[in-house]
Amino acid sequence: MSAGQIADVPMTDKPLGITRRLPKRGLQKLAAYLQAAPLALILGFFFLLPILAIVVVSFWDYDFAGIYPDFLTMNYTETLGSWVTWKIYLNTFKFTAIVWALTLLIGFWVAYFLAFHVRTATMQMLLFLVCTVPFLTSNIIRMISWIPVLGRNGLINTTLMNMGLVRDPVEWLLYSDFAVVLAMVHLYTLFMVTPIFNTLMRIDRSLVEAARDAGATGWQILWNVIIPLAKPGIAIGTIFVVTLVMADFSTVQVMSGGQSASVALMMKNQMSLLQYPAAAANAVVLLIIVLMMVAAILRVVDIRKEL
Amino acid sequence: MNHEKRTFEFYVLAGFFLLFVLFLYGPLSAILILSFQGPEGGLTFPLNGVSLHWFHNLFQQQAVGDFGASFKRSFVLGLMVMAVTVLVSLLAGLAFRQRFRGGTALFYLAVASLVVPSIIISLGIGVVFQQSGLKPAWYSSAFGAHLTWTLPFGVLIMFAVFNRFSPAYEEAARDLGASAWQTFRHVVLPMIAPSLIGVGLFGFSLSYDEFARTLMTSGTYNTLPLEIYGMTTNVTTPVLYALGTVTTVFSFTIILAALGLIISLRRKQAKGV
Repeated sequence: MSAGQIADVPMTDKPLGITRRLPKRGLQKLAAYLQAAPLALILGFFFLLPILAIVVVSFWDYDFAGIYPDFLTMNYTETLGSWVTWKIYLNTFKFTAIVWALTLLIGFWVAYFLAFHVRTATMQMLLFLVCTVPFLTSNIIRMISWIPVLGRNGLINTTLMNMGLVRDPVEWLLYSDFAVVLAMVHLYTLFMVTPIFNTLMRIDRSLVEAARDAGATGWQILWNVIIPLAKPGIAIGTIFVVTLVMADFSTVQVMSGGQSASVALMMKNQMSLLQYPAAAANAVVLLIIVLMMVAAILRVVDIRKEL
Repeated sequence: MNHEKRTFEFYVLAGFFLLFVLFLYGPLSAILILSFQGPEGGLTFPLNGVSLHWFHNLFQQQAVGDFGASFKRSFVLGLMVMAVTVLVSLLAGLAFRQRFRGGTALFYLAVASLVVPSIIISLGIGVVFQQSGLKPAWYSSAFGAHLTWTLPFGVLIMFAVFNRFSPAYEEAARDLGASAWQTFRHVVLPMIAPSLIGVGLFGFSLSYDEFARTLMTSGTYNTLPLEIYGMTTNVTTPVLYALGTVTTVFSFTIILAALGLIISLRRKQAKGV
């Protein structure tokens, strides 16, 4: 309750109102803290503390037997001073850019179709569920499922050869950058569809009608009315896709057959060699990059308003 | 608008949507079909006879790791994550209905937990446990790692739910003399129950399928996704597909059960009004 509202209370009620409300509001505040405490504790212990630990460990020393408290910048200079690292970062950015563009393109049209062309609410919900259900199944299984489709003797190659279009199986379908991008688009487009669909559903239909009455063509409505209003959804989808691709190592590893690399995959390999401080240094660099990207996107959109 | 003739644009977009659905489900159905491969069959089409050989193979312990035990661990872990996610998200959602000091910081902490690369959290929790002499295990460190992924989803959903929740219902209940607990138990809770089931579904499914966050935190015993990941590099028979089919069917069952529950709750409410 705002100060203005309290001031509006008639004079005679004022003393009563104050004595009754003040302790209650204090109690409510206390309740809010107690209700928020479990979330704060869990995130504090399993999220903040581990991040701090990574920052600390990134300055430690290590050898094949263990890691030792120290204050070295070696882990950073070693990783940032190497061409390999830069190439891997470039490769990760490349995947991010391509996958972002494709998921945005596909995700927007899918969401647009659902929001503006499906007429009954039941059908809308049903088709939306069809799009989101795979999100709740295993990523690894969905990745593996491309193997019988793309492989040397897979569905696509067999079809192409039977049709006489190619004589030898196309080799770059599986275990290539193409396969990585395809699998990522397959896995992550849902993260675009959902937030964009959400914002499109909240667009006031009378705006579209008004634009049409004013003589706008379909494309003009789309470009000047719908897309600007869909920006918050696009921004949230972008946050999901960008952070997921920047963090990906399993898709890159499985779908490229070990021929391509990403920052997270480099970290994972260092971790399996027990080079935790080196992995931690990479983690800090990756973390800074990802958080900067997210902060840049958040300047466009206020998440709290979009929920 | 409802009686307008379907435009050309509609048919193009409908075709595109259909392709997208095929793209989503096509490869999955390939695995489904190939898991019924005959005993002599390989990892690709054509089917070399039809059999349940690979499913049978799956349940023999020596053939592929320890499928049964890792499934049990993932299932229990999923239930644990689900319970905590529902409860903690609900409480946080209630807290966020009013302004309190640190509220914005906590909200952005939850958002950060969603965007920070999972492998970093995995590494961080692994390091914390190692340095403090705790033994990482699927029910402690991996459990916490999963919560950093499911809780932000739960909190965002509850945030959205309470954004749309009119305080008028609670005021009416209070005016009729209900206590705070009665108001919550008999007015608020039934109204948000479908959303809570949704949060529970997210909590369970995201944990059940989580892989990157479990990598450094599971300790000695593998969860199911880790087991499957291990198989992708060293199993070259359709038993891999059989496992994929079994877990996917399981996931779909859970999703359908949750949806059924939500729909029946909505129906009951509609009747009550």
